[in-house]
Amino acid sequence: MRQFFVFARKEFYHIFRDRRTLLILFGMPIVQVIIFGFAITNEIKNADIAVLDQSKDHYSARLIQKLTAGSYFRIDRNLQTPKTIEAAFREGRIKMAVVIPPRFGQDFFHLRKAQVQLLADAGDPNTATTLVNYARAIIGNYQQELNGPAALPLTINTTVRMQYNPALKSVFLFVPGVMTLILLLVSAMMTSITIAREKELGTMEILLVSPLPPHLIVMGKVVPYIVLSFINALVILAMGVWIFGMPVKGSVVLLLAECVLFVLTSLGLGILISTVTDKQQTAMMASMMGLLMPTVLLSGFIFPVESMPKPLQWLSNIMPAKWFIIILKDIMLKGSGLREVWPQTLLLTGMTIFFIVLSIRKFKIRLS
Amino acid sequence: MQPIVTNALTKKFGSFIATNAITFEVKQGEIFGFLGANGAGKTTAMRMLCGLLRPSSGTAKVAGYDVYTQADKVKQNIGYMSQRFSLYEDLKVKENIRFYGGIYGLRNGEIKEKTERLLQKLGMEAEADQLVSALPLGWKQKLAFSVAILHDPSIVFLDEPTGGVDPVTRRQFWDLIYEAANRGVTVFVTTHYMDEAEYCDRVSIMVDGRIQALDTPRQLKAQFGAESMDDVFLQLARGK
Amino acid sequence: MQTPIVVQEVHKNFGEVKALRDISFTVNEGELFGLIGPDGAGKSTLFRILTTLLLADKGKATVNGLDVVKDYKAIRKIVGYMPGRFSLYQDLTVQENLDFFATIFNTTVKENYGLIEEIYVQIAPFKDRPAGKLSGGMKQKLALCCALVHKPTVLFLDEPTTGVDPVSRKEFWEMLQRLRQKGIAILVSTPYMDEAILCGRVALIQNGALLKIDTPQQITREFSKPLWAVKAKQMYRLIQDLRSFEDTDSCYAFGEYLHLTLKHGEADVDKLRAYLQPKGHEQFDMVPITAGIEDCFMELMKSEKQQ
Repeated sequence: MRQFFVFARKEFYHIFRDRRTLLILFGMPIVQVIIFGFAITNEIKNADIAVLDQSKDHYSARLIQKLTAGSYFRIDRNLQTPKTIEAAFREGRIKMAVVIPPRFGQDFFHLRKAQVQLLADAGDPNTATTLVNYARAIIGNYQQELNGPAALPLTINTTVRMQYNPALKSVFLFVPGVMTLILLLVSAMMTSITIAREKELGTMEILLVSPLPPHLIVMGKVVPYIVLSFINALVILAMGVWIFGMPVKGSVVLLLAECVLFVLTSLGLGILISTVTDKQQTAMMASMMGLLMPTVLLSGFIFPVESMPKPLQWLSNIMPAKWFIIILKDIMLKGSGLREVWPQTLLLTGMTIFFIVLSIRKFKIRLS
Repeated sequence: MQPIVTNALTKKFGSFIATNAITFEVKQGEIFGFLGANGAGKTTAMRMLCGLLRPSSGTAKVAGYDVYTQADKVKQNIGYMSQRFSLYEDLKVKENIRFYGGIYGLRNGEIKEKTERLLQKLGMEAEADQLVSALPLGWKQKLAFSVAILHDPSIVFLDEPTGGVDPVTRRQFWDLIYEAANRGVTVFVTTHYMDEAEYCDRVSIMVDGRIQALDTPRQLKAQFGAESMDDVFLQLARGK
Repeated sequence: MQTPIVVQEVHKNFGEVKALRDISFTVNEGELFGLIGPDGAGKSTLFRILTTLLLADKGKATVNGLDVVKDYKAIRKIVGYMPGRFSLYQDLTVQENLDFFATIFNTTVKENYGLIEEIYVQIAPFKDRPAGKLSGGMKQKLALCCALVHKPTVLFLDEPTTGVDPVSRKEFWEMLQRLRQKGIAILVSTPYMDEAILCGRVALIQNGALLKIDTPQQITREFSKPLWAVKAKQMYRLIQDLRSFEDTDSCYAFGEYLHLTLKHGEADVDKLRAYLQPKGHEQFDMVPITAGIEDCFMELMKSEKQQ
């Protein structure tokens, strides 16, 4: 036990004496959260749209007014005939066109069914999707307003995503993603690098020739990073809550426990990487290419998993990040408890055990 | 004009004086041994002379050029080889030679001709198309030296060129040094092998950033009443 | 007491490269055994096999009677090892490094202070300095301290003096002598031939094979040919002249002299003098000498090549 304690203390010395490590550990998360939170958002402001109002009645006018009431849409032009829509898009200024058919109000009250056509410039699919979702939400609100609370056969559906994000704040979608990404990177990359560094320095040779059992070497390397990663998680959470106004509807204890679990998963991955790399650089590249890229691309963090080709969807299932993002969103936004998120939790636990057992078994007691 | 002239050349890193007002001259075609314990300031001095490091004070001229203002000219006119050989392990022997020739602006015809002559001299014609990583250490060192003087510099700096090399190759390496010096190339060399200090025309010994002794090996031994350069070195380094 | 190190017919290949070929030797209790050879001769590979870090392809080796493959755990408790490059934590201070290595070997600096005291007092003034900021000689002393802190019975030192200045080298060897007297068996490797005479026995190694195992005195005694030290004012010209002499067997620079062997020994001396006479070498000097380890090594290298 004393051996372990001394080992962990040594690891803390390394971390606190290396400014670069400290910067990566604590600077990177903060910068990333801010960058992702503020700069790279899907949020739309003042998107130019064209309106083709063929009905020109009271209800259509109200609808148009509703659309432009927020800061989301701005009417660039009013079109007169359907033929001009194409030309308007080609000009490139408008991102979406709203087509209201003739007799809009009449249909709505008499046929209980009215149609609004939304045409979006899918040259930029992400923006297009977002715009359409925004518009749909506004139209949905408008419809409810017309009907009162009475249920009517709806013509327009709001999407699942927006159900828990009524203000359409994209930051709510990003913070869980960023948290996941950073915890994964910091934990996995830092552990893989620190073990590779011992190999590069040659100190691993001495450690191996000492009576220290391999699992103690691994534990001694990992425990300090569990502590640091957990502190990181707290920092990111705090930023999410106070800077971006993220809600934490579910249990905070559960949330933190899940964070610890995910930190363990990531550390397991990090050790696994380190067992197959000898150089710090290789470890860094492996973490970046092997973890960062797939996580960003496949976890549903930026691109919705549903819109991926089937093989990629299957692949996304083995990304621990995907499950952690789901857990985070459920707990923070929906207020879910363990009863709802147990399948994902179980899955993550399984993955963690798998990674750690595998890496301890793969940890070499010799040099080759 | 002497190839290397320094006057009170000094380099400070913060409050630490790595090289403390060293003054010396190296003559044309001389093999100049630059000795000193680890951390005595050899590497710092060498870097300043090669135009890699800006001195804190003092003056130095290398190949007639000022190391402060004409570092580019200095670099053009010197060859440099360090212990960690400066060759690319993943390039072939020929490719390495062509690369270095190219860096120093030799014409293609020239490079071709020099490559042939060089390979012939080293007896490495058969290995021309081998990767450098496949060569034994001693061969690499000899090749690295030949490449360092490919562009016919008037001075060549060698930083512990023979570390860890087997005794026969070490001598062959010195044959190359002698030959270059005989052609008029000035050789500035550091080493940890004291027997190699004896091969030098003159030797300087640095202790704690200063040059404590500078003379021919014979004179130095006489001056310190020592049997070998090893003794001279020990007396100086211990007497600090 | 078991023989500290026994190596029997050990082979090791890395792909095509034969790193070690048929290596056998023993190191006895309280012996300072030198493994002498240039870089790439296979010294580090052999050290790693003996310290249980690598597996040999063929052959058997024991440390204190323990098999390097089967009993690796037990071996790791009793050996001290200093790898070829400086392998301590550069960002930890001298004291922190020492404490760390003491702890992982389940001991404390205090417990075995007697063994390291003499070396420790030399580095004690720098005990709060990060190891990375020590001079080369100091680093080696610290590394030796760390390797000794658990009172090993066998010490493996892989090129402890490489790149270290002559003063520090000398001090280092003096320390090894005293450790040997305390009964620790030491296997030490070095590329510096002049360090051979400081060992009890040496093995000369080149290209993965042992050229010779014996006391340095015996090895030099067996040098069969008469040897001369020759010098003149213009050494470079002298080398060239001697090399072009038809009966020169070998001619190498050795410090301020050239070492010369002739094909027919003494019989060629007069002929050589006659050959050199018209060349007009100033301050010419030629004296018979006894061979050193380096002469022997070079001679053995040559005969190895001819085989």
